[in-house]
Amino acid sequence: MSAGDQQRGGRLTVALPYLWLLAFFLVPFVIVLRISVSETVIAQPPYLPVLDWSQGLSGFYDFASALTLETYRLLASDTIYLLSYLKSVQVAALSTLMLLALGFPMAYAMARAPRRLQPVLVLLVILPFWTSFLIRIYAWINILQRDGLLNDVLMALGIISQPAAWLASDTAIYIGVVYSYLPFMVLPLYAALEKQDESFLEAAADLGCPRWRAFWLVTVPLAMRGVFAGCLLCFIPVVGEFVIPDLLGSSESLMIGQTLWTEFFGNKDWPLASALAVVLLMVLVVPLMIYERLQQRELDGARR
Amino acid sequence: MTRRFSSFNMVSLTLGLAFLYLPIAILIIYSFNASRLVTVWGGWSLRWYAALLEDSAMLAAAWTTLRIALMSATAATVLGTMAALALTGRRRFHGRTLFAGMVYAPLVMPEVITGLSLLLLFVALDVDRGFWTVTIAHTTLTMCFVTVVVQSRLATFDRSLTEAAQDLGATPGRTFFLVTLPLIFPAIAAGWMLAFTLSIDDLVIASFTTGPGATTLPIRIYSEVRLGVKPEINAICTLMIATVAVGLTVVSLIGKRNAARRQRAAGAPL
Repeated sequence: MSAGDQQRGGRLTVALPYLWLLAFFLVPFVIVLRISVSETVIAQPPYLPVLDWSQGLSGFYDFASALTLETYRLLASDTIYLLSYLKSVQVAALSTLMLLALGFPMAYAMARAPRRLQPVLVLLVILPFWTSFLIRIYAWINILQRDGLLNDVLMALGIISQPAAWLASDTAIYIGVVYSYLPFMVLPLYAALEKQDESFLEAAADLGCPRWRAFWLVTVPLAMRGVFAGCLLCFIPVVGEFVIPDLLGSSESLMIGQTLWTEFFGNKDWPLASALAVVLLMVLVVPLMIYERLQQRELDGARR
Repeated sequence: MTRRFSSFNMVSLTLGLAFLYLPIAILIIYSFNASRLVTVWGGWSLRWYAALLEDSAMLAAAWTTLRIALMSATAATVLGTMAALALTGRRRFHGRTLFAGMVYAPLVMPEVITGLSLLLLFVALDVDRGFWTVTIAHTTLTMCFVTVVVQSRLATFDRSLTEAAQDLGATPGRTFFLVTLPLIFPAIAAGWMLAFTLSIDDLVIASFTTGPGATTLPIRIYSEVRLGVKPEINAICTLMIATVAVGLTVVSLIGKRNAARRQRAAGAPL
């Protein structure tokens, strides 16, 4: 291989994935943006204007002048959409807190477990993640339905006298979200807790600090990076979640992922669905950027 | 400090793991239920598995899903490994920040956004939607997961090994195939497996990017599940779990064998 070949090989390693992501990740967003400022029509494709390059520059001018912010005005005028966004953020925020409350003790117990058991425990937490998302939600339908196992157990224990309706409720959504995203919370927390130097805790104990205070003053602050990573890994995708609220929630108040899905597949309103996606992205841009910064720092830290 | 479970830690781990595993266990057990009523136990039976074999639409969907998963996981592994090498390499290039951003964003990006944007791209390009568009969509999503898995291996990679190879006159290409690739192979295999299962699982992105004639298994299951719980669905879900379990075992065995071989090589007299 000549030096030129090597140069080319190295450049190809960068260029191929780079171009792929540009074409299939970045460019599509530009198209979403462009269709969100189009008009809905009953045609194929169902939006106007369509850019006509055969007209040259004047075709482009016609195209540009036909773009409209009408869809965004519609979004702002109908409270259905605002409520949908609010509900999504609320579900995501609350379930992230629940995940943290449930995931932290688990991750802590894993990090404090005997060393040789830890890989097994990590595997046990990862395994459910390898089974289908859809299957795991379906499993909960089995349990939560009116004549399902949960009602059977609760009635056998005498806690309730009549079967309760668990499905089609916000409770079911929270159960589904917490269940599906638990590994995403536990793993970053475990990674942060496991790295901690135990001599810090010993030092604290030697200096007379009680264990619960050492936990709050030493363990928790040192695990903050894991806490942030876990919370963002859960919060961001849950805001746009579709499958869980669709299968477990009620049809009365929709989360934004469902609204977008309905506008697209049900009402065939592509510009509106695109505008919903653009606004959703704007809602998520701050958490997304914090998450990107964390990832970068993690990478640079590991490289040093 | 002694490393023993305190009772609190023991309880939180047991409860957490039970929460993770009970629903799946119940699903698997009920797939062997002889009764049509999903909630009444009628004894052990394989009848729902037999019923699956009769369901030609489900079988066709399973076959489509498998082909898409094989193709997209393989493409994603090649692209993802390249991206990981590019991100951990010393070579600086223009737009590295943008590149890293594009690699990490799909990991958390809500699927409805990714799916919608890819569909609009395919419409703008005026391509027929179906098998290939879903494959491209899955490749794009899963290559980012492969990158993260391979990258975390490369980050702890001992640079002196590749430096030694190059000092001894190996070209970068030879160094990669003879030194780097064998060492990071377990991570690549795990990345492939992850990409494969993500592709098999995906409902939202596939729903957006598919066309007539390319119904995948999750799309099919989803339309059945919306109508209620059926024992056949329990059976197909159990089969999917079994497929993934077998795949995972194979990957971990490859990893173990490689580790054993490395150890033997390290212990062998030169």
